[in-house]
Amino acid sequence: MSGSEQESTHRTIERVARESYGRLVAYLSSRTRDVGSAEDALGNALVAALETWPRDGVPQNPEAWLLTTARRSFIDLLRHRQVAEASEPTLALLREESKHKTLSPEFPDERLKLLFVCAHPAIDPAMHTPLMLQTVLGLDAARIAHAFLISPTTMGQRLVRAKTKIRDGGIRFEIPQERELPQRLDAVLEAIYAAFGIGWDDMAGVDQRGRDLAEEAIWLARVLLELMPKEAEVHGLLALMLHCEARRAARRAPDGRYVPLSEQDCQKWSRPLMEEAERHLGEASSRGWTGRFQLEAAIQSVHAERARGGKIQWNAIMMFYEELIRISPTLGTRTGYAAAVAEAKGAEAALAALNAIAPDDVSVYQPYWAVRAHVLQQLRKIPEALDAFDRAIGLTEDPAVRQFLLQRRG
Amino acid sequence: MQFALLIFESPEAFAARNADDNNPYLGAWRAYHKALVEADIYVGGNPLQPPETGTTVRLKDGKRRVQDGPFADTKEQLGGFTILELPSLDAALEWAARCPAASIGAVEVRPVSPEYKRRVTG
Repeated sequence: MSGSEQESTHRTIERVARESYGRLVAYLSSRTRDVGSAEDALGNALVAALETWPRDGVPQNPEAWLLTTARRSFIDLLRHRQVAEASEPTLALLREESKHKTLSPEFPDERLKLLFVCAHPAIDPAMHTPLMLQTVLGLDAARIAHAFLISPTTMGQRLVRAKTKIRDGGIRFEIPQERELPQRLDAVLEAIYAAFGIGWDDMAGVDQRGRDLAEEAIWLARVLLELMPKEAEVHGLLALMLHCEARRAARRAPDGRYVPLSEQDCQKWSRPLMEEAERHLGEASSRGWTGRFQLEAAIQSVHAERARGGKIQWNAIMMFYEELIRISPTLGTRTGYAAAVAEAKGAEAALAALNAIAPDDVSVYQPYWAVRAHVLQQLRKIPEALDAFDRAIGLTEDPAVRQFLLQRRG
Repeated sequence: MQFALLIFESPEAFAARNADDNNPYLGAWRAYHKALVEADIYVGGNPLQPPETGTTVRLKDGKRRVQDGPFADTKEQLGGFTILELPSLDAALEWAARCPAASIGAVEVRPVSPEYKRRVTG
């Protein structure tokens, strides 16, 4: 095999691994709940693919090949590990299935169940996102650890612990019943959004966590949408992330300087991403019910109006925030509201909105101090503004944002 | 529990100490310190004089060995330390990431060891 053929084989393996990872892990683990063993088995199958495909060529149905190989390895792993007695029938079933030489490419897609398992209320909420990134997308613990600012060893241990809980804790692979579906779906959406990790980038208030994973979060949302095409909030979440992602190239000046949303060159915003976002937002609102992510997407949509030559309708943004506070009165929402009030009604009203938030809650919340500094500066309350700037600067992780705030502080 | 943030700084960061009060690195440190105090987690800490002011002492085979300069010869050198009172390592890493030295040097987070201290100090 020539070098270029080999390269293309490797690329095929990478692509199949990426596209099939979650489907295969979900399918293998759905009956045993043993996510860890399913991942190990798939890992073995991928190693086997790297060894044999370059030599024998890529099989006709690469995903089916991986599944057959992974399933064989999975049976071995389960046999070697001390598994619960209950899994004996499962083993028998798996053995029976693996006898069929040709596997139907139509094996059931269990990823939705896996997503609900990852965001199950019995699992530590801080682990919902890492679990999804690993089991559905196949990201390694080190990469997840960097994004979540945890040491790679610790992240690895926490992932193992969470998977043990899934296996031994009686967490079932199932779609939640209708009555609990909204709440359970919310947890899944929250976890995907946590991977996206961008708060709102007005006023240099940036929530850093997970920000390296934006593309992965969008991928997860697309997977979820494929599985639940009728859920308005899934469309809403995807619309929100696409609008923010569209602005990626405009967030930094060529010299690395931070550029706040209102000063971004909207020629640099991605049209296709914005158009796709608008399509999903339209799809969401046609379903009648308005949820948190749709409202946040709607706010971003108003900002996007600037790219079409329009003025930003701050009154509309303020209204959306009022609605948001009603259903999700988080610190982020209330701070965003104050920032919108500053534009719509002026600094005095914005300061009142900021003062209405309990001081204990905001002591380490960077965006609050960034907005407060901006508002106090407009009101010419200089010593208080300097103090607020210091708090915002001191709580910033991003050197570009720090630089920006230091300059504004003067 | 208490954590020590060990601040490792590049030569440029050490040089910033001689700059005027408007230097952005100093401004960032002032703001960071204020944030630590306001969050009520600051226990103590101090900057150290630059590495070339260090003198390293060893006793080897009963002989004194004195070396000019710091213990380790690396680009980034210990420039100071901060002790923080925090509930977890996760929280300590978050504060380490906000430290101005983290983006141009490195910040090592170590738990303070009260058990060992008790054994030594009685």
